[in-house]
Amino acid sequence: MQDFSFPAPPTAPDTAELRAEVRAFLAAELAGYPAAERIRSWSGFDADFSRKLGQRGWIGMTWPKQYGGHERSALERYVVLEELLAAGAPVAAHWIADRQSGPLLLKVGTEEQKRTILPRIAAGEFFFCIGMSEPDSGSDLAAVRTRAVPVEGGWRVNGTKLWTTYAHHAHAIILYCRTGAADDRHGGTSQFLVDLTLPGITVRPIADLSGARHFNEVVFEDVILPHSALIGQEGDGWNQVMSELAYERSGPERFLSTFVLFVELVRTLGSQMTPDAAGALGRLGVHLVVLRRLSRSVAGMLQDGRNPALQASVVKDLGALVEQEIPEIARQLMAMEPDLRSHDALSSVLGYSILNAPAFSLRGGTREILRGIIARGLGLR
Amino acid sequence: MSETSQIVRDTANRLFTERISPQLLLGAETGAWLGEEWTLIEEMGLPLAMVGEEDGGVGLDDVDAAMLIRVAGANAVPLPLAETMLANRFLAAAGLPLSSGPATVAPVRPTDRFHLERAGGGWHLSGTAHRIPWARSAQTVLVLAEAGGQTFAVRLDDGQVRTESAHNLAVEPRDSLFVDGAVPDTAVAPLPDGMGFGDLMAMGAALRTAAMAGAIGRVLELTVGYANERAQFGRPIGKFQAIQQSLAVMAGHAAAASGAADLAAEGLSQGARSLTVAVGKARAGEAAGVVATIAHQVHGAIGFTHEHSLHFLTKRLWSWRDEFGNEAHWNRLFGQRMAEAGADGVWPLIASL
Repeated sequence: MQDFSFPAPPTAPDTAELRAEVRAFLAAELAGYPAAERIRSWSGFDADFSRKLGQRGWIGMTWPKQYGGHERSALERYVVLEELLAAGAPVAAHWIADRQSGPLLLKVGTEEQKRTILPRIAAGEFFFCIGMSEPDSGSDLAAVRTRAVPVEGGWRVNGTKLWTTYAHHAHAIILYCRTGAADDRHGGTSQFLVDLTLPGITVRPIADLSGARHFNEVVFEDVILPHSALIGQEGDGWNQVMSELAYERSGPERFLSTFVLFVELVRTLGSQMTPDAAGALGRLGVHLVVLRRLSRSVAGMLQDGRNPALQASVVKDLGALVEQEIPEIARQLMAMEPDLRSHDALSSVLGYSILNAPAFSLRGGTREILRGIIARGLGLR
Repeated sequence: MSETSQIVRDTANRLFTERISPQLLLGAETGAWLGEEWTLIEEMGLPLAMVGEEDGGVGLDDVDAAMLIRVAGANAVPLPLAETMLANRFLAAAGLPLSSGPATVAPVRPTDRFHLERAGGGWHLSGTAHRIPWARSAQTVLVLAEAGGQTFAVRLDDGQVRTESAHNLAVEPRDSLFVDGAVPDTAVAPLPDGMGFGDLMAMGAALRTAAMAGAIGRVLELTVGYANERAQFGRPIGKFQAIQQSLAVMAGHAAAASGAADLAAEGLSQGARSLTVAVGKARAGEAAGVVATIAHQVHGAIGFTHEHSLHFLTKRLWSWRDEFGNEAHWNRLFGQRMAEAGADGVWPLIASL
């Protein structure tokens, strides 16, 4: 059995001041911002808002100053993230770049990539999307078929990426693709930093089941990349992607997706809370507090340079369950009908939550795959 | 983990794993008192873990003290270690002499109360409390009672109480305790301001949370071990995806229970003021039910027998989750606190824990 323990979260110099600063900023910026918008949060794209965060120094917080970062602690970064999400701030524009593309470049990128890209991410002016999934691969990342072939002066890419969130607004994509033999499932893959304006790239919208557009299909047809686009080592893509996933699976976005609904529920039930309602809400709150602790623990492990892939999978699996449970409990407590277009905040937020909840246990690795990873950690596979 | 924590954990673990055998656990279920094991525990100073050195104790910090109970829980130790640690903590806080043998605390249920009043040159204490852990074996009983708006600690010896046997599902003593008699001044002392019955409940809950986390971790190990050994249809059952998915769910709850116990341990010294105890007890209690269910499902029929050791742990999980407040009790308390904080205060409350 691998080590499943979650060490105590890191302690840092008092973060109360930072937290107060972020809350004051959000109170001002989001005044009058309706719950029906807040519930979108890390799906909500607002480039202006991201730029303001960048000006505050709240993107790329832990990165070295020489790359536009602010050399703050993982715990300080965590404080900012969770405050943004709890308030339902629209963070989608910079979220991917701050969470994983930036850290990936910092870890394995070339000096040129770091110098040219990281400061623009930290300023809240350069947005990324993730090119991992494909039409036929899904959670099986080793099965990707998009291929980069060496050519004179660089690489030629052909293939299709799918479920690429905000590819239509992002500046760049981190492309995970095949560079070696098809039967070398892990060793034959690499990652590239790709400018989405290059000729040969087509971004096509895919509406989700609510009719909203944030997904895309990104098609590469004879796209020519320079040598300098390679991230890290050729053939090392699998390992790089796996360590990237620890960032993707453990953050507060993995249990706060429906937190705005939770808040609206407390608002509506208000002071006439029955003991049963208090018990049901209390239980959800209890789950959130424990998840928050586990998630902060993973942040600490990442800061210490450890590889908490297993713990991150646990957090994501537990987190998705609670995020999905909040709308179900809300229904039972309120006996109201969900309506996306209702003027009643709770009804609308409930509608959004129900229509989006299926994604919580799909995105970032499906539930069954995560549990397979956990089972492997237990020594069963 | 600090060096002290590691030493405490290793020493206690060695003692418990060496001594607490299935035979011993079976004996305890028939009512045998494990005198030798208790003596070893006392020689290590464990009952004084939560008493400061200045008061004659060992002065472990609360996280390490809870770790002891976690290790005891992992080994299903059938002795009142948590109760004696608690009793001594309260005795020390009141400035009363510490217990020299096994001890327990009363009351442990929200509805039970004792009546304390001045009588003659001393005090008169009367009342009944139910489900008192190990009352029949305790040489000292710490009773909390209110008089004139102040909470007092009363130190009783076993001659001053009458007990009536009852048990939890793990056949651990959970006796009724009856008191009606004179108590000298030297055995009664007020608790420090603000310390009262709620603190006893909360600290008991924190220690049960630790015990549950320990037992849950052990159940996970046992179940994974069994799944890797037991073959059916030509391969170990752990190779079946359905079993793997169930065990992954169990591991998730075990991780949550462990985090819950850490939270509760950090709140231990704050007693009733600490919401992390409410969070910990409620979350670990929920995990206990899920983990026990999956453990028995994976173990199949053999795990359902008295021959197999699994039940020593699962029966304790089914019992401990209902002691010192069940999930409903602590969930409601947390829910009420969120309601009082109001919609816009919910997040600040959660982020403060």
